[in-house]
Amino acid sequence: MDLNLGLNLALPELIIAVGALVILVFGAFRGDKGMTSVSALCGVVLIAAAYFAAFVEHGTAFSGSFVIDGVAAFAKVFIYISAVFVIVLGQGYFDRVGNRRFEFPILILLATLGMSMMVSAGDLIALYIGIELQSLALYVLAAFRRDDPKGSEAGLKYFVLGALSSGLLLYGASLVYGFTGSMNFNDIAVAAAANQQTGLIFGLVFLICGLAFKISAAPFHMWTPDVYEGAPTPVVAFAAGAPKFAALVLIARVLMGGFEDSIEQWRQVILAISVMSFIVGGLGGLMQKNIKRLMAYSSIANMGYALLAIAAGTEYGVQALLLFSVLYMVDTLGMFAVQMALSRKGQPVENVADLTGMSKISMPTTIVITILMLSLLGMPPLGGFWGKYYIFGSALAVEGLWPFAALGLAASVLSAFYYLRILKVMWFDAPTDELDKAPAEAKWIAYGAAAFAFPIAMLALHWLDPLAQMAASSFGLK
Amino acid sequence: MSLVIPNLLSVITFLPLAGALVILVLRAMSRKDDEAAIDTNAKWISLWTTLATLALSVVMLVGFDRTTTEYQFVEKIHWFGPLSYHLGIDGISILFVALTAFLMPLCILASWTSIKTRLVEYMIAFLILETLVIGVFTALDLFLFYVFFEGGLVPMFLIIGIWGGKNRIYAAYKFFLYTLLGSVLMLAAMLYMVNVAGTSSIPELSKFAFAENAQPWLWFAFFASFAVKMPMWPVHTWLPDAHVEAPTAGSVMLAGILLKLGGYGFIRFNLPMFPQASEMFTPFVLALSVIAIVYTSLVAWRQTDIKKLIAYSSVAHMGFVTMGIFAGNQAGIQGAVYQMISHGIISGALFLCVGVVYDRMHTREISFYGGLTNLMPHYAFVFLLFTMANVGLPGTSGFVGEILTMTGAYQASTWTALIAASGVIWSAVYALNLFKNVMYGPVTNPKLDGIKDLNARETLIFVPLVAGTLLLGIYPAFIFDFTTVSVDALVGVYQAAIGG
Repeated sequence: MDLNLGLNLALPELIIAVGALVILVFGAFRGDKGMTSVSALCGVVLIAAAYFAAFVEHGTAFSGSFVIDGVAAFAKVFIYISAVFVIVLGQGYFDRVGNRRFEFPILILLATLGMSMMVSAGDLIALYIGIELQSLALYVLAAFRRDDPKGSEAGLKYFVLGALSSGLLLYGASLVYGFTGSMNFNDIAVAAAANQQTGLIFGLVFLICGLAFKISAAPFHMWTPDVYEGAPTPVVAFAAGAPKFAALVLIARVLMGGFEDSIEQWRQVILAISVMSFIVGGLGGLMQKNIKRLMAYSSIANMGYALLAIAAGTEYGVQALLLFSVLYMVDTLGMFAVQMALSRKGQPVENVADLTGMSKISMPTTIVITILMLSLLGMPPLGGFWGKYYIFGSALAVEGLWPFAALGLAASVLSAFYYLRILKVMWFDAPTDELDKAPAEAKWIAYGAAAFAFPIAMLALHWLDPLAQMAASSFGLK
Repeated sequence: MSLVIPNLLSVITFLPLAGALVILVLRAMSRKDDEAAIDTNAKWISLWTTLATLALSVVMLVGFDRTTTEYQFVEKIHWFGPLSYHLGIDGISILFVALTAFLMPLCILASWTSIKTRLVEYMIAFLILETLVIGVFTALDLFLFYVFFEGGLVPMFLIIGIWGGKNRIYAAYKFFLYTLLGSVLMLAAMLYMVNVAGTSSIPELSKFAFAENAQPWLWFAFFASFAVKMPMWPVHTWLPDAHVEAPTAGSVMLAGILLKLGGYGFIRFNLPMFPQASEMFTPFVLALSVIAIVYTSLVAWRQTDIKKLIAYSSVAHMGFVTMGIFAGNQAGIQGAVYQMISHGIISGALFLCVGVVYDRMHTREISFYGGLTNLMPHYAFVFLLFTMANVGLPGTSGFVGEILTMTGAYQASTWTALIAASGVIWSAVYALNLFKNVMYGPVTNPKLDGIKDLNARETLIFVPLVAGTLLLGIYPAFIFDFTTVSVDALVGVYQAAIGG
């Protein structure tokens, strides 16, 4: 028994956990009028945590249930940063809709803590705790506008289906534990390598299903469009990026850490989910009129691509996953920021048709949306293209995966239809009414995201690529 | 004497982009109500930028050493992973860079008064397009090539969709999705190649021997992309739509330069990197080329829209190019390169000719016109010259390319050359038919009364094109001086690889 608790390794998590509790007390005394200062404090906590996450020493703590390695550090830094932006967006958003509640930034903080646990999970218990902490906070956030029927619907749907998936996950975990006699991924790997039993694979499949729900991969995607549509936009901006990144890293860690030798078994499952996802995402988006629903299908398709990198099961696959997730996170964050920035006569711009003739109304907005859409479409040299470059590159490097990569690329042409439709209404159609003045914070975050997608991403990869490679090497794969 | 400019290729490639940024900044800084001044500024900045690019490309032509097969003006900076920012030109690509730089100012001039809406965006789109196209020809890194190649879709999509004709949105979508589908296959092949060869440098990949069982797949993936771009029969159907809907300058870009990306790709990738597969597929490509030459010529004959007719004639002429390339010998490839350059000038000029009457009458129906020789003698002269060049009259540049590609094809496959030769007749049929219907006969349509002959700006556009066509027709060595060494090397490598 290792008596050294290794608290120093969990420094970022400790900062967030303690920070969240202290700020909660502070908020309780100040009330909702203190939302601004609560947001600011939460931002500071996250930035501090990101700093320590980047430089904290690597190792394992709490008897191996908490792992700090390159992948965890890489993921944490970007998750924390995205949470900061979401807090900024949410602060302005809830101010404008007259729904100031100091709990918002704190819930974001708690969800972030959950994600942080997820990317560092070294055993099944940590995995479950991380997911639940993250999910519970997100359920509340999805229903944050209590008086809005769509918001409540979103929260309820998210919660019921999320609880179901947690059930699947727990069932799978218990099977895995039953057949291997251990919770720890490393011990599971040893046991699984020694003796491959059907029950263990059974458990693994349930585990994957539960996790697939969290990243909204098909066929576990049903909740996504409704939750995206109903939940407050800053919450969606958060839920579309960081939690999925965390869950993807977690999937990679479970499969490549705990079931390294069962790759032939889980690869089939992952590939099936992946193909279904990008086909469902590509087809489902075609008829969507609501931008948020369209983004939901876009995210389903993109999760399909990400799973392709996991199916590769190589070090390059992990590197691809990390970089893809970061590039994708920026695009979605930017797109939802744009949506928050746009309103017409006080009504938020929700439908694709509302963007009609945007190029004659506001050129900067048009350029931003164009860049983000093209990036999601995977047009070179925008950020999204490099994400796909890594994903498909990693899949094609593995013997026998090329048909799936080819399918994925074909599906990306399919989804081009709906991204192009947004371009079409903005550039080719006649304009409608003027827009309201865009709120500064949403506008600038959208500008920033677009600038990152092009041209910053292609320069930044000069440094991000080796960083991600170094991080991925910590998995110790070939 | 040669002027030495550091990073010449980067400067040539990105100068138009810089011009676009200047226009953007100037517009952001000017007052909203000053539309006229903003537009004038945009036009002049674009013109000067493209002229400066042209001047620099002349410097490049002068400074180019025509005796070596090495890539010249090379720039290489490591980017990330296996990728690098790697530019360079050889005797083949230099001509396409020069062609682009040559046509671009003419495109700007052609749009001087005909574009009435959103001129600033139009000029920016064109300048960005120029950067991307030149980038395709200068890139020596696989993915840098892909970035430029694929990136060109976006400005062209916007050019067709915003400034196009009635059916522009359909055409823009069709253009975009057709080419996108082709190029994702190429992307998959590129990713595979980098995995296998461990480098993304085009010169190194050309020396790498890909496994024979992988070659057909890779070859086909590249072929799919370039065949759509070219376009080859039967994937040419996007081209007439795109041409008809695009504004005049857009058509010039499309026919003059963007189509050449396909042929350039075949020469740069398919032949040297997958020689065995190229040899295997040669009968297939030759068959498609011949069908393109004969079939699309016949289709062109039946067109009622001038632009559509010229678009189909482009497909037919590109058939000669693919035929020459896959003949795989000195004459064939030299001829293909020559044909591409010459077609860039001639088809560009023909689309500009259509633009002249379209600007005046706003219709491209052949039956609307007739007897224009009586009303526009100068125009009729120019139109005749380019019609004849298009047919391949000796003394014009069109002749040299066709005769060489047919010579090359004859060495590879007699039947192919025989059928392709009939294409010369077919092209005379549709081209002369068009000329007769538009230019000769009495003026029957009263709406044509008072139509004005070429004005000074239009004359200025046509002078360099006429000069280019005749010069290249009379003195083809100007092109061959550049290409001979590079093509020799390419043919040598190709023939050695297939054991011929």
